[in-house]
This record gives sequence, structure tokens and C-alpha cells, in this order.
Amino acid sequence: MSSTTTRPPAGGPREPSGDTSTEAPPAVEAGSLGDAFRDWVTRVRGGEVGVLPAMLGLVVLFAVFATLRPDTFLTPYNMANLVLQASGVVVLAMGLVFVLLLGEIDLSAGFAGGTAACVLGIVMTRQGMPWPISVAACLLAGAVIGTAIGLLVSRLGIPSFVVTLAFFLALQGVMLILIGEGGTIPYRNDAVLALMNSNMPVWLGWALTVAAIAFFVISTGRRRQLRRSSGLKAEPALLWILKSVVLAVVLLGFTLLMSIERAINPNIASLKGMPWVVLLLGLLAVGLTFLLTRTAWGRHVYAVGGNAEAARRAGINVARVRLSGFIMCSTLAAIAGIVLASRTNSVSPTTGGSDTLLYAVGAAVIGGTSLFGGKGRVVDAIIGGLVVAVIINGLILMNQSAGRQYMVTGIVLLVAASVDAISRKRAASSGRV
Amino acid sequence: MTTATAEPRPTTTDTPLLRLRGIRKSFGPVDVLKGVDLDVRAGKVTALVGDNGAGKSTLIKGIAGIHAFDDGDYEFEGKAVSVSSPRDSNALGIEIVYQDLALCDNLDVVHNMFLGREVRKGRTLDESAMELRARETLDGLNVRTLQSVRTPVASLSGGQRQTVAIARAVLWNSKVVILDEPTAALGVAQTEQVLKLVRRLAEKGLGVVLISHNLNDVFQVADDIAVLFHGQMVAQVGTGEVSSNQVVTLITTGTAGEPEEGSR
Repeated sequence: MSSTTTRPPAGGPREPSGDTSTEAPPAVEAGSLGDAFRDWVTRVRGGEVGVLPAMLGLVVLFAVFATLRPDTFLTPYNMANLVLQASGVVVLAMGLVFVLLLGEIDLSAGFAGGTAACVLGIVMTRQGMPWPISVAACLLAGAVIGTAIGLLVSRLGIPSFVVTLAFFLALQGVMLILIGEGGTIPYRNDAVLALMNSNMPVWLGWALTVAAIAFFVISTGRRRQLRRSSGLKAEPALLWILKSVVLAVVLLGFTLLMSIERAINPNIASLKGMPWVVLLLGLLAVGLTFLLTRTAWGRHVYAVGGNAEAARRAGINVARVRLSGFIMCSTLAAIAGIVLASRTNSVSPTTGGSDTLLYAVGAAVIGGTSLFGGKGRVVDAIIGGLVVAVIINGLILMNQSAGRQYMVTGIVLLVAASVDAISRKRAASSGRV
Repeated sequence: MTTATAEPRPTTTDTPLLRLRGIRKSFGPVDVLKGVDLDVRAGKVTALVGDNGAGKSTLIKGIAGIHAFDDGDYEFEGKAVSVSSPRDSNALGIEIVYQDLALCDNLDVVHNMFLGREVRKGRTLDESAMELRARETLDGLNVRTLQSVRTPVASLSGGQRQTVAIARAVLWNSKVVILDEPTAALGVAQTEQVLKLVRRLAEKGLGVVLISHNLNDVFQVADDIAVLFHGQMVAQVGTGEVSSNQVVTLITTGTAGEPEEGSR
């Protein structure tokens, strides 16, 4: 019998006939790192590679570009730039995670964001409404688009590919009409522009970073404690500490980088501190992860994506879950639209267009979200979005042509999709003996 | 105890948990069930056998409330009830384990067992409570083949998946569990495992309905055999009273030619 390990009633002989299983479960200590590793291997076998390959890829990319372009890549200026370049795609990818989890696709998300950004511009700039109301209108526009798509998919049963392709075309037209002859709708509100154009005070960046680390350590620590006190196997202490340390190092390192003066001529305008958009990304990451992993709704999203029929028989309202997934996606796309427009100070007919959506889908998949549904996390969007942004950013620094950038991004996406497909195949062959 | 339940003749001395009388169901012009009687008693395994198209699926779908019966008495614990949706049957304590199991591969064992009926603490999921109860249920069934209840179902074997599906069915203090061909896709060892589990359900006092094409399985675990033939229940007899050959004859011809006092 397993003596030091911590699975109360399992671990025993693989004897089908239990006689009496009433050995009281041994007092549960935290499992060992080896246990955790074995669990991880089982999960990988079950087709769940998670975010690890993408994270490794990100580290490799950082290492490659940092060695090839030591003077320009890892500079505070470029890192801040990288975050700004990635953030629009990251938020869009976060939204796409929800529909991808359901096994659906939303091709219109980019232009849904653009359309919502138009609404923001019209209400704020043309109507002169205060920015909070304008932002609310923008989010509402996103939600309405999502509702329309979701209803068509879940009630009428039109494949989401077709519905969102239609919306992709139609919303592009809506944007052209809304923007009108001028060609752009300018944003003039400081609060909205600050998102992508200003930085928070250096002290606030540090304070928020420390708060974020504390939040992670305390919330995961409390969960461990809770599980142990109810006699369940908890994550090994070492793994928990390791995760906390890695997160702390990465966040503190980034904050340090962002706290260095990065203006070319600081006498004209100082440029330091965390970009405000980082706060938005952090809040979205935490909030959406909570929704997906800690609420029944989130669980149902995974269930519908994994096996819609099983979900239906379990009493889950599949149509409603699908609908809510599309609303979620388009609403987040609206936020992405604000981010994109804030970066260019205006909305143009191409806001959210050209390759934005494809990069976002690519980001989610590169991060580890499956195109087949049922598998994916919010962090995938962040990691994958960063991978895409680093490739483009690094190749530009190396003076590579746009052609090369597209090709490399395409290859990386293909690699990510292969990882997904292979892990699914392995899952199918390892299960159902 | 496996097969040796040769009781005198378990005519309904105690009220059966589930009692169907004169059940009729037709789809358009096709009469699928033509006056079916069935008794499911607590602590007993009742095997429901019959050839393809005999009406087994229609019968259990009606019991589950997926489609209501056209006519007949549906009594549960001695009281007439009306079951017209799966929710009704669940509320009574009737659970069905379908042949395709209806598990979500991407979710782990605990998530699957509580799917659609998650335990919540406030607005969030109470993972600890669910995991503990899942463990408890599996232990109660003497299931020792699952390494961890946090493994995704995708990485489980066929027998383990069946175990999860059955455990899910008994999680809710159910009284009647209906198993649709639980061993159809399993190997020898796993079949054995699942049959033991089926027996254990009955020992725990549940009424178990086992639908199977495999008469070996049926004779191994069932207390009663109910034979459906062309929409009619041609016999419901104790396992000890019939031979395998007689059951085969009943399934194929609807008559035994033997003195058997079916529940007609």
C-alpha cells in the first residue's frame, strides 16, 4: 500500500473486488512533488497539455531575441511597447476562449470590437456624453451583437462559422456607414486615451504588483489549507512555493523594467511606470478565470464543449450556455475594440480588422485552447497573445519583412495546433482501454 | 451472493419500489408497448431482456420520463405518480445510466459526478464538498480502481468510466437505478468488475434494472428476469426458476412452452 503518498482509498491493489474498504483514510499531508508530477503526466496523457508548451515557447522566444538583439529587445521601451502591441489581441483572445471552449468559433469578434469602438466614438466624441456612459454603450453594443450571434447559433442551429462569417462581412459594412465620409472617429477623452497612452505612477505599479502577488499566494494558500483541513489531497507545498516564486519574479521583474525611465529624452517628457492597460488585463484575467473555474456557469461551458449531449442529459440548458458564451465573447471584443482604438486615438474602418482576429484566434490556440472545444483557459489568451506579439516585435527589430513575420506566425500557429491535435489523439488512445 | 437466489417465487409480497401495469406506448401507428407490466423491487436486480425492437428502450425512456407513456399505471413506492420529464423521475429517485454513459471527457471524475447538480457555496462551487462526497460514494461502492477522482475521464478505461457513470447515478440517494447495457463494450475482467458493482447496488437496497443482451451476465447477477417480446412482457420470473435456454426461447418466440407463471 502506498504509505507515504496521500490518496486515501486508491493506490491499493488493482483488485476489482473490494471486500472491505474501511481503512480510514490516512491523515492527509500535502502530496509530494513526485505525486504532482505523476498527476500532471496523467493529465497530459488525458490530452491536457495546458499552457506549458506555450510558456516554454515564450521563454525560448525571449531568449532568442534577447541574444540576437541585445540592445533593443529587452529594453524597457521595447517591453512596454510589446505589452501595448499585445493587449488588443490578448483581450480579443480572452473573449474567443469562451466560444472556443464551446467548440464554436467567432470570426466576427474583431469587427464586433471595431463596431463597438465606433459606438463609443459616436456617443463620446459626436454626442459629447461622459466617458463612463459611452463605455457602457460600447459594451452594450458588444453584448447585443453577441446576443444576435448566440441566438442564431443556439436556437436556429446555424453553424457558428457561417453566422459569424456573415457578421464579419456585415459589421465591416456597419462600421463604414457609422464612420461615414470622414474616415475616422477621433477619441478625445483623456480617460479613454490614457488606457493605451499613459502610465500609472511608478509607486502604484509596485503597489499593484505586490498586491497581485499577495493575492495569488494568499488565495492559493487558503485553498490548500481548506483542502487539507477537509482531508483532501492538496497541492504539494514545494510546488505551491515554486509557482509563487516564479510568478513573483516575473511580475517584479516586469514592474522593475517598467519603472525605469524609458523616454529617449526624459527632459521633454518622462516615460516611466506601468501602462494602464496592464491593470485592465490583470483584472480581466483574474475575473474571467474566476468565472470559468469557480462558478457553475463556467463548469457548464466546459461541459457543453466537452460533450453537449452529456450536458443536456445532466439538465444543463445547453442553448443558454452557448448564447452566454457568444455574449461574453462579443462583450470582451468590445473591450478589445476600446483598447485598439485607444492605441490609435481614433476608430477607423480597419479597427479590429485585417489580421487582428486571426492573431487572436492564433493566440488562444497557441496558448493551449483547443479548437475542438472543452479545453482552454483565460491565461492561454495572455501567453498566446504574448507569443504572437513577441514574434512580430522581435522580427521587426531584426528588420525582417512583413512577409517573414506572417510566415513565422503561421508556422508557430501550426505547431500549436499540432500539439493540440496530437494530445487529443493520445488521449483517445490512452483512454478507453 | 451472486446467482444463488433461488427463492420460492418472489411474487409481490412486499410492494415493489417501481410497479408498472398495462403500460402502452405507440409512436404514430406503431404500437411499441402493448400493455407491459414490470416490478422493480428494492434490493433486487431485475434484468430486462428482449430482442432488438422488443421495446426495452421505449420502456426505460418512459420510466425516465423522456417520453410519457400513453396509458397504464406507473406506481412508485405504492403510490401512483405521473412522470413526464426526466426531472420528475430524478425527483422520485430514478436514475438511468445510458449505454453511451454521457460523460464529459474533458472534465474530471468529480465534475462529471456532479454535472448539472453542482454543490455551491454562495455563488461559487464547493469543490471540497463535492470531492469528499464523490469519494464517499465511490468508497461506499467499494470502488478501488480509480487512482484519483481528479483525473479527467478521458484517461479512464471503459470499466472505470462505467463505474463513474454508475457512481453518479447513486450519488443522489437514488432508489432505482436503470443500467442500459453496462457491459456491452467491456472486456472480461472489466465486465466482472461492473457486474460486482451492480450486485453491490442491490445489496445497498436499491432497485436495479439491468438491460442486457448477455444472458451470462443476467444469470450471474439478476434476481429476476423480465422478458419483453414484441412490446409485451411475456415473463417476469425468478432467475432460479428458468434455464438459459428457456429465456432464449422466451426472447425469440415469446413463449416458453414450459409452465411458467409470468406476471400476466
